[in-house]
Amino acid sequence: MPLPANAPPAYQAECGACHMAFQPALLSANDWRRTMAGLKDHFGTDATVDGPAGQEIGSFLERNAGNAGKLGSAGEPPRISQTARFVRKHREIPAKYWKDPRIKSAANCEACHRGAADGNYSEHDIVIRELRR
Amino acid sequence: MRTLPALCLLLVGIAAQAETPQRIGETYAAEAAGRQAGFTPSAQRGETLFRQRFGNNDKMPACTSCHTDSPLSAGQHVVTGKAIRPLAVAANGQRFSDPAKVEKWFGRNCKEVMARDCTPAEKADFVAYMNEVR
Repeated sequence: MPLPANAPPAYQAECGACHMAFQPALLSANDWRRTMAGLKDHFGTDATVDGPAGQEIGSFLERNAGNAGKLGSAGEPPRISQTARFVRKHREIPAKYWKDPRIKSAANCEACHRGAADGNYSEHDIVIRELRR
Repeated sequence: MRTLPALCLLLVGIAAQAETPQRIGETYAAEAAGRQAGFTPSAQRGETLFRQRFGNNDKMPACTSCHTDSPLSAGQHVVTGKAIRPLAVAANGQRFSDPAKVEKWFGRNCKEVMARDCTPAEKADFVAYMNEVR
């Protein structure tokens, strides 16, 4: 699940500056639309992207979005980490790890999945040894 | 001959994209001098601003919350955990080379940490510090 090759540079520059440039398939088109519409208060931060760049990012995300039925509800505001798919994939992770200073946040995919930016989320390649399978 | 003005505009456009930290600092300093006669940038004031704690954002009270106490070191976004490359030009040659990018991040981060825009004088001081710190 690598980032599609046609990802606009603005996606990496705008979104990927504060967190990993998440693969669009991790959220449904409707949830990306709601996310882009709510950037003024994006988890407590004003992450507004003005003008053509915002349009470009939004249509890229929607065009490459994941299957809503398979992902399940992402909550309000939409969070990748609340989709049924994410929760199911991470159900064996003890709660304390989400607060671990090495991880900090469920948005920090690369803390455990070193190859996350390239789409490698294999459970065999987990950085944190005790969580590796 | 009709293409000449277009070509000139194109060249100006290209020149405007890549800048040096000195030039970017000078532009802010000139803007500051327009408001306050005799203004000269100070790396020392820039450092003070970098370290100042503001009572606005619990998670990000200061620049140092994400950028660490040393601009020469890599930082980490305090909420998302994302790695941040060093701010100092000596440690990261790509810093302060794109005026639009610099202006965008001053806009975003000043608002986030200080709950207001930075003044041109503050920006000039900040760029001076990041350019000089070794």
